[in-house]
Amino acid sequence: MTAKQHAGEHHSPLKHIVGYVLSLVLTVIAFWIALSLHMKDWMTLTIILVLAVFQLLVQLLMFMHLNEADSQVTVVLQKVAIFFGIFIAICVAGGSIWIMAFKSIVA
Amino acid sequence: MSHSEAAHDHHVDPSLPTEYSTEDGSLRIFGFWVFLGAEIVLFSCLFATYLVLHPMTAGGPTSKELYEVKGFAIETFLLLTSSFTCGLGTFEMRKGNAKGLIGWLIVTFLLGMGFVGMEISEFVKYVNVEHATMQTSAFLSAFFTLVGTHGAHVSLGICWMISIIIQVARRGITPMTARKAFIVGLYWHFLDVVWIFIFTVVYLTGKVL
Repeated sequence: MTAKQHAGEHHSPLKHIVGYVLSLVLTVIAFWIALSLHMKDWMTLTIILVLAVFQLLVQLLMFMHLNEADSQVTVVLQKVAIFFGIFIAICVAGGSIWIMAFKSIVA
Repeated sequence: MSHSEAAHDHHVDPSLPTEYSTEDGSLRIFGFWVFLGAEIVLFSCLFATYLVLHPMTAGGPTSKELYEVKGFAIETFLLLTSSFTCGLGTFEMRKGNAKGLIGWLIVTFLLGMGFVGMEISEFVKYVNVEHATMQTSAFLSAFFTLVGTHGAHVSLGICWMISIIIQVARRGITPMTARKAFIVGLYWHFLDVVWIFIFTVVYLTGKVL
C-alpha cells in the first residue's frame, strides 16, 4: 500500500492506541509466564520468544508504517532490507547457539 | 544544495504525506530503512555473543542473582510508552499540527531520559553494590556491551530528537522537517524493537535460566 492510500486513514490515532495496548498486553503476558508460571524452561523460553516476535510485528506495522512508502516498489524494497536483516540476525544468533550446543556435547 | 537537488525539492506531490512529498525525502526514508537493516545485524552479533557467554560467570554473580524485576519492568514500560507517544507525534505531523508534533516528541524524549536514568542507576548499582563490573566475567562483559550499546543508541536518539524539535519549532512542518521527524521516529521505534528482545532474551530469560 502506498502512503497515498493511507493518507485518508489518519483521522484518529486508533491504530496507535491499539498498537500500544497490544504491546502492553504482550509484555505483561511475557513477564507473567517467565516469572510466575513455573513451566519447563524450554516451554517458557519458546513462548516469550514468540510473544517478542508478535511485539516486533506490532512495532513494524502499527508504529513504523513498514507497509507505506511513496510507491509500491519502495514498499517491497524496504521490506526486503528489513527481512534480510532479520534473516541474517536469525542465522548469527541461532547459529551461534546451535554450534555452541554441539561443542558442549563433544567437549 | 546543488541545482538538480533544488529542482527535486520543488517538485512536491501534495497527495502524499509531507515526508514523502518530494523524491529527495522518499529516497532518504528508504535509505534509513536500509540502515535499520544493518542495525539489526549489528545487534544480532551482540545478542549472539551474550547468549554464548551467558553461562560463563567465572565465580561472579549469575544473571538470576543479578537482575531485578522491578527495575527492568519500569524500563520496559517507559520505552514502550515512549514508542507510542512518538507514533502519536508522527500522527499529528500528518495532520499538519506542528504543536502536536513538538509536544509528543518532548514527551517521548523525556520518557527516554527516564529510561536512560534508570539504566545508569542499574549499572551503577551492579558495579558498586554487587561488584559486577565489565571485567568480572565473560557474561558481564557481554551484558554491559549489549545493553550499553542499546543505551548509547537511546542517548543519541534523545540528542537527535531535541535537535529536530528545535528545527520544527523554527521552520514549521515542511517537506524537509517532516522527513527528518519521520526518520527520527523510525529510529526511536527501532530502539524499542531492540529493547523488546533485550527484556525477553536477556532479562526474562536470565531470570529463568
